[in-house]
Amino acid sequence: MLEIALKGSKRYYGWIAFLLVLIGIGSMAYVNQLMVGLKTTGMSRDVSWGFYISQFTYLVGLAASGVMIVLPHYFHNYKKNKHMVIFGEFMAIAACVMCMLFIAVDVGQPTRMLNVMLYPTPNSILFWDMTVLCGYLGLNLMVGWICLEADRQRLPHPKWLKPFIYTSIIWAFSIHTVTAFLYQGLPGRHYWLTAILAARFLASAFCSGPAILLLVLKITEKFTTFQMPKDAVKTLVKIIMYAMCVNMFFFLLEVFTSFYSNIPGHMHPIIYLFSGAHGHHELVPYMWTFIGFAFLSIALLVTPKLRENHKLLPWTLCILVIATWLDKGLGLVIGGFNPTPFDTITPYMPTGKELLVSMMVYAIGALIVTVLFKIATGVKAEMGHSQALPCGCSTEDFCDCAEKAEAAAEAAATVEA
Amino acid sequence: MKMHYGFPIIVGLGLFIGLLCLPFVIGKGITKEYKQPELKLPANEKECIESKEFMRREHMQLLNDWRDWALRDGKRIYTNHAGKEFTISLQNTCMKCHNNKADFCDKCHTDAGVSPYCWDCHIQPEGLK
Amino acid sequence: MKNNRRAFIKLAGIAAAGLALAPKAMASSGASPVKKNPAGITAKRWAMVIDSTKLHTKEDIAKLAEVCHSIHNVPHIEGNQNVKWIWGAPYAQAFPEQENPHLAEEVHEREYILLCNHCENPPCVRVCPTQATYKRPDGIVAMDYHRCIGCRYCMAGCPYGSRSFNWGEPREGLDLSKLNPEFPTRMRGVVEKCNFCVERLAVGKLPACVEASEGAIVFGDLSDPDSDVRKVLRERFTIRRKPAVGTEPGVYYII
Repeated sequence: MLEIALKGSKRYYGWIAFLLVLIGIGSMAYVNQLMVGLKTTGMSRDVSWGFYISQFTYLVGLAASGVMIVLPHYFHNYKKNKHMVIFGEFMAIAACVMCMLFIAVDVGQPTRMLNVMLYPTPNSILFWDMTVLCGYLGLNLMVGWICLEADRQRLPHPKWLKPFIYTSIIWAFSIHTVTAFLYQGLPGRHYWLTAILAARFLASAFCSGPAILLLVLKITEKFTTFQMPKDAVKTLVKIIMYAMCVNMFFFLLEVFTSFYSNIPGHMHPIIYLFSGAHGHHELVPYMWTFIGFAFLSIALLVTPKLRENHKLLPWTLCILVIATWLDKGLGLVIGGFNPTPFDTITPYMPTGKELLVSMMVYAIGALIVTVLFKIATGVKAEMGHSQALPCGCSTEDFCDCAEKAEAAAEAAATVEA
Repeated sequence: MKMHYGFPIIVGLGLFIGLLCLPFVIGKGITKEYKQPELKLPANEKECIESKEFMRREHMQLLNDWRDWALRDGKRIYTNHAGKEFTISLQNTCMKCHNNKADFCDKCHTDAGVSPYCWDCHIQPEGLK
Repeated sequence: MKNNRRAFIKLAGIAAAGLALAPKAMASSGASPVKKNPAGITAKRWAMVIDSTKLHTKEDIAKLAEVCHSIHNVPHIEGNQNVKWIWGAPYAQAFPEQENPHLAEEVHEREYILLCNHCENPPCVRVCPTQATYKRPDGIVAMDYHRCIGCRYCMAGCPYGSRSFNWGEPREGLDLSKLNPEFPTRMRGVVEKCNFCVERLAVGKLPACVEASEGAIVFGDLSDPDSDVRKVLRERFTIRRKPAVGTEPGVYYII
């Protein structure tokens, strides 16, 4: 099927060339980082993880989120998702690769990374995180590719694949749980030391991930004949809505526990993030933007009229993605390191080079998404699955607009005659 | 049966195989007879930790074991086959006799095209500049 | 004999590559070619008691840090990407959860010497994905800089901020003419920290800071009731940093 990715319009090749340029620019920053060390970043002795690890954390959520399409289809036999599943799986592949790359660019001695496998250490959560991420990548590659190939040959999906599909659904929950364990098992970091972190990670993943996927698919619709079935979108948006509500509910639980118990260690990181401490207010505007956008997105999602407004939906999703990113891709890591073990504040901001390297990783992810989605939409077009109708519906929608249009045309013809 | 695109395929194959073999041809042409590098051996010490042959072949493995014995087991005295004892230390044992990295270590390493990372941390006897 | 020995070492090498267990197996078998230095000093559990009534000025602590950093080739780097094995901090930073607003002014204003606590339950060892950080049988939390991949998980895990990362080339922060030629430097991209002077204990010397402290730091075997540290701990009131996190530090402070 790879050949589908090679045949494309000028615009397709232009986009790929653009991504390659971005990767090229970013890799120069990375080579520089390799040569002189991680001192090119804004990280420090006190804030020893930064933008890279927070992007890794956020993207694990994106990887896990495909399950919100796959699960209804396989566990609830929700047929509307049938032609969406592959996109969830392919997005997970790209997200897994980006996660691994963000880890790779973060370590100080990347050439020694295989030590994690040479000296397997089951008491380290990082070892397990590597294991589950590799496993999830493999599962999605296998399941996605084989299913799409079967579709292309008009064959039913092989039976032996079922156990792997069910495993991958459970596995999706495990990758984000293990990523949360990476943080929540550390004794000295109060902002992370909370049993609800894993649950909150999953909730924020299951709103932000599908939101990103929907946005990317909206763009895909613009450039291909692929059209998402309306009901599938509707269901997914509802899932996003519930997940976001749960995410913010969990956040409020965190705030309650910290402030009602009045335990300084639990309060300090939240105070630092939302009102500043020891004269440092760097993150305050970002964190309040998170709160504002989070509740704005919830308001737009819970109101049925606004939720079903297709013009508004992309904006709602963007707001939600920004909110969850500020929370998990920025505040989470910095709030864990500040206040420091000495109850002081060491501000952190990523440097330009750090952002360039991150841009490289994101561009590689975008390239993988582009190629994989090109293949998937190519197969869908060949098969006539989930294609756009002139009325704006999808062939999976069972709409009557096509008939109506035909009838109208016929009527017009008779009138003219 | 007619071969489609016969000419470019054959030329392409020929080029591919030619390029593949090129290093061997060039190598044979320009490389002179291999000469073993001349090492500067310690002046006042004739015996190394183990036999010359063993050290030549296995010194990297020995250093690996030494590191784990010293760091992880806290056992820093090595008894060689002759019963002689040595303190396990690259800087304080090996390099006290082999007091010139450039004339000893580097000679073979350069020839063999290997760059061990020992000296990223360990301080060579010549000192650092 | 000679051949046997070579075959033995070779086999050990193969086993080490395959299992990474050989050193332990060899050490436990009678045939081990390695042993502890009989001149070294050993303990079941090394510990340190710091008398902050004697050692509490910035100058005194800087002096000890200088001794430690020079023998261990610890680089001096300006800014917040610095590397340090020993440093000083006021009470509020050293014991942030044990503050009280009416603490004796003198105690509050003292400078406390900070270093790796060599915990009984070290979180850094728990989280390290490669066993580059490990706890020795004598309680010292040590590091194998050869194996560290620089993931910095241990820095997130340490509740005491005792670990430093080499963000850049450490030799750029060292006076290369004044290195201690008997000890290595580190390379960029690895984490480092105080090692309780294992290399000195192995040859029968006390840790450098203990030696230079003129009696303000006591060092000894916590499991031996007659040791100096146990004697001091019996007689004086001591506290440890962040007792709530359950790490059981091996460094005690007389207040």
